[in-house]
Amino acid sequence: MMSSNLGGGSSSPEKMKKHEGYLAGRAFKFGDDISTDLIAPGRYFHLRSNLPELAKHVLEDADPEFADKIEAGDIVVGGRNFGLGSSREHAPIIMKLAGVGAVLAKSFARIFFRNSINIGLPALVCDTGMIDEGDRLEIDLRKGIIKDITKNTEIAFNPLPDVMIKILSDGGLVEHITANKGFNL
Amino acid sequence: MGVFLGKTIAEKILSEHSKKDLKAGDIAVVDVDIVFAQDGTGPLAVSQLKKMGFKRVANPSKSIFFIDHAAPSPRKELSDSHKVLRSFSKESGAALSDINRGVCHQLVAENYACPGNIVIGADSHTCTAGALGAFATGMGSTDIAVGFALAKTWMMVPATIKINYTGKPGAGVYAKDLIIYLIGKITADGATYKALEFSGEAGRDLDMDERLTISNMAVEAGAKAGLFATDNKTAEYLKKQGRPGCFREIKADDDAEYENVINIDCSAVEPMISKPHTVDNAVPVSQIEKVKIDQVLIGTCTNGRLSDLRIAAGILKNHKIASGVRLIVVPASADVYLGALREGILEVLVESGATIVNPGCGPCVGVHQGALAGGEVCLSTQNRNFKGRMGNPEGFIYLSSPATAAWSAVKGYISDPREVLAL
Repeated sequence: MMSSNLGGGSSSPEKMKKHEGYLAGRAFKFGDDISTDLIAPGRYFHLRSNLPELAKHVLEDADPEFADKIEAGDIVVGGRNFGLGSSREHAPIIMKLAGVGAVLAKSFARIFFRNSINIGLPALVCDTGMIDEGDRLEIDLRKGIIKDITKNTEIAFNPLPDVMIKILSDGGLVEHITANKGFNL
Repeated sequence: MGVFLGKTIAEKILSEHSKKDLKAGDIAVVDVDIVFAQDGTGPLAVSQLKKMGFKRVANPSKSIFFIDHAAPSPRKELSDSHKVLRSFSKESGAALSDINRGVCHQLVAENYACPGNIVIGADSHTCTAGALGAFATGMGSTDIAVGFALAKTWMMVPATIKINYTGKPGAGVYAKDLIIYLIGKITADGATYKALEFSGEAGRDLDMDERLTISNMAVEAGAKAGLFATDNKTAEYLKKQGRPGCFREIKADDDAEYENVINIDCSAVEPMISKPHTVDNAVPVSQIEKVKIDQVLIGTCTNGRLSDLRIAAGILKNHKIASGVRLIVVPASADVYLGALREGILEVLVESGATIVNPGCGPCVGVHQGALAGGEVCLSTQNRNFKGRMGNPEGFIYLSSPATAAWSAVKGYISDPREVLAL
């Protein structure tokens, strides 16, 4: 049930376009307990219906310059319990909108993890302790491997549950439900 | 339907709702009884529903949009969001709880959740309804949109950690102290992906208001749900709410399998404080340095119920809050507000110097009604103290029970309520 990584389960590798299974970018390193309040602060509550504007403040309370520094495909690297707190899905949405290609962490809070997959942002559990700020990373979602090009090391990530692979492969939960006219997990 | 042998409360409720015999770790699509969102998460759920092409909600009387986080609207962008929820409720058949009613979690307990239900809400503190023996859990807007559309969701059945509260809490020790103590012990991710089952004789002694406080904060240990078995207190509460018919017995089997059992001797628990910026940064108030406070908040879905306000008023009677301290009181619902009004509680609070704001989330979410200035310290009865939570990343939030908050407002710095209770 919890046994295969992305592409290894129900979705066949050949169906997956290269950009869906392969990600590359620079690492932006954060510590433990990055809450959704730090990612999408409550003082910008009024911007929740204006996501591009809210995205300009993504992770602002953890790193005030993050939104200026991030380039498409870059990878957010956290520690323990990434995304704890509020259920606001705006947190992973504005990360994705700002260009974040994936988020890696030692562990994720439950709701953030589920939200990320639902909106099509890969959230991967791995040992992030050896990754440093600015390292160039390549992620092969199909093989379950993260390559730290800067350090010339490989890190395996924990496989996602099959149901999440299905949702992520369909492009997110809205797309899954629309394509299947309901759940097909 | 499966044969229920050796099951936890979570396994029982999820099995019943999937018509499968489920154990911890299984994944299944389940029927949901109650689905809701609030004004911070609802507009996104509405746009996702529209994207999927749904015009109606599957179960109108059990689908609710609550306007509570920024109520009444402090600015035009939020007025527009509220308008979206009001008109979508009308079009889709969903119920609307407007600005005059109060916090979603309190209203779900008062009016909607029944023992054995599955409740999903686009708010992390949806776990509050676990106090009634409902499997209640928070999700994001997209999951909730699907819940509105289909009255179904997918779940992984959580393993359960049993919290065995024994002994009798001393004077000045409340449900809030018991849950902060637990989170300090198991940490902010100590129950991630798990259900907590609260039991033991001290757990059973807790009344419904206290159980709601404890279940509310289950998510602060990462838990998916915070469950109490039902008993005569559950039945009495539902009767008082005019919903006696929805009572049923919900309890774990004697031979249920728990991932872990944690024993807590309540007689050894002191009044507790969570220090900035995590809930698990927990210390007894007796061991805290002198912390001067600028603002005190009594209320929210954690501690804004009638018994909480009654405890605060009991302490504030014949006292004035310290000069330079702002005390903001937020009743959790209109019924709580009315109850406090009729009992003379609000009079006592206002005479002590409190500012009463309308039922809702108040300043807890950092939108309005008491955002902190840079460097300011707030002692709050809310459930979380993350950096930036109350509208300013330069603010410092400490958490406590209403008793500790009330006495600290009088003293002007964080103080032990046992000082006044011993007077």
